[in-house]
This record gives sequence, C-alpha cells and structure tokens, in this order.
Amino acid sequence: MTDMTEVSAGMVPEVKSRSLWQTALIRLRKNVAAMLSIFVLGFLGLCGIFGPMIAPHDYAEVYPAYVKVPASISAYPRADDVIPEAQSALRRARLDLELVEMNGEVLTVIGTSERGVDERVTRYLDRSDLFTNARVVEVSDDGNRIEMQADVDRLYFLFGTDANGRDLFSRVLISLRVSLGIGLLAAGVALVIGVLYGATAGFLGGRTDNMMMRVVDVLYSLPFIFFVILLVVFFGRNVVLMFIAVGCVEWLDMARIVRGQTLSLRRREFVQAAEALGVGSGAILKRHIIPNTLGTVIIYMTLLIPKVILLESFLSFLGLGVQEPLTSLGVLISEGAKNMQNAPDMLIFPALTLTILLFALNFLGDGLRDALDPKDR
Amino acid sequence: MLSYAIRRLLGAIPTLFFIITAAFFMMRLAPGGPFDQERALEATVMANLNATFGLDEPLWKQYVIYLGNLVRGDMGPSFVYRDLKVHQILAIGLPVSIKLGGMALALAMLVGSALGSIAALRQNSAVDYGVIAVATFGITIPNFVVAPVLLLVFALYFDIFPAGGLNGWQSYVLPVIALSLPQIAVVARLIRGAMIEALRSDHVRTARAYGLPTRMIVIKHALRAACLPAISYMGPAAAALLTGSIVVEQIFGIPGIGRYFVQGALNRDYTLVMGTVIVVALFVVIFNLIVDLLYALLDPRVRYD
Repeated sequence: MTDMTEVSAGMVPEVKSRSLWQTALIRLRKNVAAMLSIFVLGFLGLCGIFGPMIAPHDYAEVYPAYVKVPASISAYPRADDVIPEAQSALRRARLDLELVEMNGEVLTVIGTSERGVDERVTRYLDRSDLFTNARVVEVSDDGNRIEMQADVDRLYFLFGTDANGRDLFSRVLISLRVSLGIGLLAAGVALVIGVLYGATAGFLGGRTDNMMMRVVDVLYSLPFIFFVILLVVFFGRNVVLMFIAVGCVEWLDMARIVRGQTLSLRRREFVQAAEALGVGSGAILKRHIIPNTLGTVIIYMTLLIPKVILLESFLSFLGLGVQEPLTSLGVLISEGAKNMQNAPDMLIFPALTLTILLFALNFLGDGLRDALDPKDR
Repeated sequence: MLSYAIRRLLGAIPTLFFIITAAFFMMRLAPGGPFDQERALEATVMANLNATFGLDEPLWKQYVIYLGNLVRGDMGPSFVYRDLKVHQILAIGLPVSIKLGGMALALAMLVGSALGSIAALRQNSAVDYGVIAVATFGITIPNFVVAPVLLLVFALYFDIFPAGGLNGWQSYVLPVIALSLPQIAVVARLIRGAMIEALRSDHVRTARAYGLPTRMIVIKHALRAACLPAISYMGPAAAALLTGSIVVEQIFGIPGIGRYFVQGALNRDYTLVMGTVIVVALFVVIFNLIVDLLYALLDPRVRYD
C-alpha cells in the first residue's frame, strides 16, 4: 500500500511540475525586464552582503571635518580646504603660525610661541580628520619655534556624507543589507503562516474553513497601520522581532490565495486518487496541495518582499523602525528629507537605491506572474 | 436600494464592535501607560491620575464604561492633550484631512481614468508605453520619497509653491499631488486593462455599428464598464486617503489627523487611538457600501433587492 502511494505520489507530479517549471523558465528568459531585474537584484544582494565588508569606511564612523560634503569621485580634502582646516585645527595650540603650506601630499607648518613650544602640539593635527602621521621635523634651540609635517589623509566619499559626517556610501550598503534582510524575513514568516493556514482551511473545508476565514476577515478589517503601530509599541526596540511580527500580519492575503487554490485543487483527480489510496490528510497537503500552489505563492512572495521593505522604510521614516547607528533605506531617506536644503545628495542616493530595488522586485514579480500563470497571458 | 443600504450599515455593526473590542484590549495589553514619563510620578499622584481617568477600575469594567460612553457618542477625554476631548481633536483635524484627501481622490479618479483610457485607445503605441511607465513609476515609488523630492524641486529649487503649512490654494498643490500620484498610477493601470477589454466587447461594437462618434462610445459605453475594477479598488483607498496620510501630512506640516495614529499609540493615549481606529473603520465601512451602490448604478446586471 505504502509502496503504491509513493510511486503514484512521487512520479506523477514530478514529471508534470518539471515541465511546468521548464516552460516557465523559458518564458521568463524571454522577458527582458524580468531578466534585467534578476541581475540588478543579484547585484544589490551582493552589495548588501559583501558591500559593508569592503566599503572604505565603517557605516558608523563619524568624520566631524566632513559633515554633509557633496558626493564626489575625487578624494577629499579639496586642495583649497587643507590650509584653512590646518589653521583652524591649530587654533587651540596657541601658536603663531609663520608658515602653513602644502607640498604635494605633505603639509608643513612652522609655528612660534614665546612661552616655548610643546612637542605634543602635533596631536592637534592628528585629531583632525584631514591629517595623519603628524610629526615634529625640527624644534629650534630656544624651544620657541617648531616645524612639523603631516600627511594629508585622502578620503573618498562617493555618495557624500550625512549630517553627522558619516560616509553615505557605506550607509547605503548597510541599509541595503538591513532592508533586504528584513524583507526576506517578514515575507518568509508570512509565507509559512499563510500557506499552512490557507491550505489547512481550504483542505478541511466546511465549517472549519468558514471559521478560519472569518478570523481572517476580522483581522482584515482592523486598520493595518494601527496593527503595525501596536507591534511597534510591543516590540519597540527590537527590529527583528518586530518584522517577524509584521510577517505575522502580512500572511492574510497569502492565506486567502492559497485557500482559493486549495479549494480547486482538492477536487482534482490526483487528490481524490491519493485519498482513495488512503493517504493521510497531512501527507496529501504536503505532497500534493502545497507543491501545486507554489507557483502562485512564489509570485506573491516576490511582490510581498517590496511591500515589507516599503513598510520598514515607512516605519523607519516615522522614526519607529531601525534605530541608530544601524540604518535602513527609510532612515536614510527620512534624514535626507530633513537635510535636502543644503545636502540634496543625502536624499537622492538612498531614494534612488530604494527606487531601483523596488522596481527590480516589481518587474521580477510581474515577470514571474506572466511566466508561471499561463491563464494571464 | 435604500433598504439594502440600511441593512448593510446594520450588518457592519458587529464588525465595528469586533474592531473596537480588539483594538481596546490590544492597546491595553501593550506595556506602559499614558502617564509614564522619564521620571516616574509620585505614587499618590499616579493613583490620583488613574482614578480621575478611571484607569484604576478592572479592565473589563473600563471596557464596559467605554462602550457605554461610545454608544452615547462620547469618546472620552484625551489622556495626553489634557484640555481636549477626543471628538474635539478629531473635529479639528478630520476636516483638514478630508479636504486634502478628497482633492487627491478627485484628481486620482480624473487623471487616472483619462490616462488609462488614452493608453487603451492607443494600445501598444508610444503613448501607451509612456502611460505604463508612469504608472509603474507611481506604484513603485513610495510617497515618502515623492513628497520630499517634490518639495526639493518645486518649493526649494524653483520656489513656485510653499514648502509647508496651509495658506491659500498654492499650499494644497504639492500635498495633493504627492497623495494622489500612487492612486493615479493604480487607477490608470486598472482602467487601461479594463478599457482594452471593454473596447472589444459586443456592446461597444454595436455602438460603433450604429455610427456613434468615438468620444461618445468611449465615455458613455466603454468607460462605464471599464471603471468597475477601479471603483472597487478606490473604495478602501478612498477611506485611507480621507482619514489622512501620516507621511504626507508630516512632510508638509499639515494639521490633519494622520499624526495621531502614531503619536496616540506611542503616548498610550488610549482614547485617542480608539477614536482614530473608529474613524478609519467607519470610513472603510461607508466606502465599501458606496462602492457596492455604485456598482449597482453602473452595471445594470447587479441588483440589490
């Protein structure tokens, strides 16, 4: 008996489903927008995973000398800024500056003081973000005159810096990681709950189905934003927990879709055949129903991820999501919106990143729908 | 039709009751209370405050009292905005939100259906692709990106419209656009899809055979069928628009009720949160009803008798 079920359950759907997936793949390959989206998503995913490791700056490192500098592919500091910055760095050193000059990458400063010069004044230069390796070249015999040199530290801020002087490029990379991670996590939770709930309701049918779906209806009619804000109130400072909770809210659509599919699958011959062979409900669900709903579920999942990313960005925008110094695209956009008057880069780059990410996910979702759902074409 | 509407409204009462109950208890389950501050209040002060607002009663009793007051139309005092009752707060903010949302709604319907119809009439032309591109853009980009960018371009860079507040008609332009853009996109997409189908349908072909002018056919016959999906989408969307958008109101500094959703919950302002939840739920119920009635009006096959 069990042997027979295994044969019938193992052979038939596999052959059928493989051809379905193959045709779907062929259709997907023809869809330029979807294929391009896959590459873009792959690239953004790699950026999120490996970007923060190879980024030139730590996402939380603050450069007080470079607050809100504009995006640039050439290095900071600018040649014109070096000397004024050196002067201002040495202002507290109580030196009369005789000479401040740049020679290539090396800054030379000659200062005098009537009360004698302490050799430790070099630390004023080191303390600035612009200079490293400040050293004393020569101290005059009476100790009132000092010549020192420092190397100019060349830093690259491809996307500029934020209001605290943190490198925006590194912050965009880490926020990609956070946003994608949260999107996948919450969508995964929604997927598991939604599929199990929907398949169970649809498969059991009758009164149980009715009850289970009424619960979904009531949850539907609660204002969504209220739900989310309540979750924030509960889980406040723990973003991971919060988005597991968001996943627990987002499963409603998934449950409805899967239930609908299950209702129709249940009447199909292969399910009846499995039932006639005495396969248990759980096994039928696992073996026949859920794999057959997978196409729709995958489509919905690709559309759910951007939804969750948007939600996270929205919450972070309101200041309820990811907390400093960690960051997400929503946080960066919200900061950008506050500073757009004097630092438009802070808004443009995160907004552009989010837009590209959402576009790619949406195009891929549409492409998958076209590929997997032959009725729609 | 009238009796149907009344029956529907009565049928919504259990739903509203469920929502109110769920919201009430979920809010109370959340840790913290409305009078918690950085430095804890003195125990007696706290006890007095709790007694004044009836928070010292057992939860079920508070619930019964709240429901009783609600039936009499009293939403209770706000815990945080001490001098105001919840209905006063809502009475100040809601008209602003409704005005803004109503304009956005009207704009979305008009522009969305116009774009969608034009795209459908010239299917697969450059115009069509243009509309699809704009619609995809509008759906994808969230309004907390659109709104600051609009501000940046039109208020700061070109200085055409004011950057915030509500003084004169100019100050409505940017928020209305930011609010309606995603809706325009969805409506245009829905109308385009339905219009392409409607233009191929028998009744439109018959109208063409009668020799009616294209404009007549499109507006009177095709659009009537094509706007059904858009209308069922717009029902819940309208409820969301009219009850205030948190993001747009925050960015443009508009004193609507959107902000109370967030602030109320964060301050544990129990009554205010309940007030906003009830307002949203009422709008959802009402707009679902309006959608169903519009359906009957537009599609003669739908009957509610």
